[in-house]
Amino acid sequence: MSEAIILNGKQIQLIIERLSREVIESIHFENTVIIGVQPRGVLLAEKIKKRIQELTNNNIPFGKIDTTFHRDDFRRGKSLNAKTTEIEFQIENKNVLLVDDVLFTGRTIRAAMDALLSFGRPMKIELLVLMDRRFNRELPIQPDFVGSVVDTIENVDVEVRWESEENKVNEVVFVKLNE
Amino acid sequence: MSQLSTKHLIGIEHLSVQDVQLILETATQFKEIINRPIKKVPTLRDITIANLFFENSTRTRISFELAQKRLSADVINFTSSSSSVKKGETLLDTVNNILSMKVDMIVMRHSSPGAAHYLAERVQAQIVNAGDGTHEHPTQALLDAYSMQEKIGDLTGKKIAIIGDIMHSRVALSNIFCLQKLGAEVTLCGPPTLIPKDIHRLDVQVSYNIDEALKWCDVANVLRIQLERQNTKYFPSLREYALYYGVNKQRLDKLQKEIVIMHPGPINRGVELTSDVADSEHSIILEQVENGVAVRMAVMYLLANKQD
Repeated sequence: MSEAIILNGKQIQLIIERLSREVIESIHFENTVIIGVQPRGVLLAEKIKKRIQELTNNNIPFGKIDTTFHRDDFRRGKSLNAKTTEIEFQIENKNVLLVDDVLFTGRTIRAAMDALLSFGRPMKIELLVLMDRRFNRELPIQPDFVGSVVDTIENVDVEVRWESEENKVNEVVFVKLNE
Repeated sequence: MSQLSTKHLIGIEHLSVQDVQLILETATQFKEIINRPIKKVPTLRDITIANLFFENSTRTRISFELAQKRLSADVINFTSSSSSVKKGETLLDTVNNILSMKVDMIVMRHSSPGAAHYLAERVQAQIVNAGDGTHEHPTQALLDAYSMQEKIGDLTGKKIAIIGDIMHSRVALSNIFCLQKLGAEVTLCGPPTLIPKDIHRLDVQVSYNIDEALKWCDVANVLRIQLERQNTKYFPSLREYALYYGVNKQRLDKLQKEIVIMHPGPINRGVELTSDVADSEHSIILEQVENGVAVRMAVMYLLANKQD
């Protein structure tokens, strides 16, 4: 397994800054909510929400959504472990900004939208991602806000590693599988 | 990736501690789902589940059926009173006939202990035991444990009293296994005639004095006096039982502490529990019923993923 860094912490910081400003430019604060896709989209969503709040003083409602029970790969060997879903506000007639770290096949986003619709009928759903692996889509889903685009072949993993106890820095890495 | 260690849910006894914890954690997520405006997820949409109830039940059957529907499974219901079982068909024949219609999972209640195990050894489908005679009732124990955790937190070192007819109770047996796996201490309390004489081998304490048991415990799980299983008289009268082993307000007021009251239902009001206790704020009986759906969703979800 070999690795290569695509984006370092500094670059990610800049991208988050730009994405936050792009979001500010295009949304109506009164009617918008941010929802992060579990598990790692939530971390990005938190950062974007925080930055928007610093820049505009708007406290946008923030939620988390888990897609496990809506996935189409149930019984095909994928993970069972569900994370929490926390949406403590109405999404009926709201603009939902859905946030995930990596957009790959589009299947997670499909599942996330399906899960979201069990909470009501939003006016609009927009998608923000940090990394767009644009040549690997299996469903007609495209992001509205993109951090960075990366062209990859299928047996490569693109991982966003957020700063935590194990990782000292934020970074996006290529991981080559089955070598 | 965590998975259950078993393909069937026959009893709590043979589950691992991790299995129990996985089920309870997953149930938390399902509890959130059943409180959504749209209480349904598409997860089991390609699964067919048959509910075979050879013994009467309202709560458990409805709870399983609702759990299946909330998971989008296809459901068939079968009750022995309106079926060919009355014409003398054997259990195995009945089940094999149902399975030939491409059923993936069977939820069964049966009056014979071991019926679920018997089927699991002989048929292809996955088996969920919804109560087999006086043996086990695993989903009840799991929902009891879930409800306790929800009310008083981690069960490690917590003191749980199981009160009433231990002898005929599959709920008691499953509860003992489940609570011990979660690190709780268990005391059984009831008239000597209703406590099996070798039960101490399960590493539980036994008390014949209900006031002592109530004073000791954090949670009292009060069992139903099973009038249908009392061919022999185990106590002189229901009135006498209520007098010596019934949980009532006077007994709870004497404790000088608050304990949680549970009951698997259906309650014989005025026998094992008085109405003022069953309907008090200490009682979590209705929460148990709500949690039952979430816990059964978790069980069937985790088992269904185990199939291939």
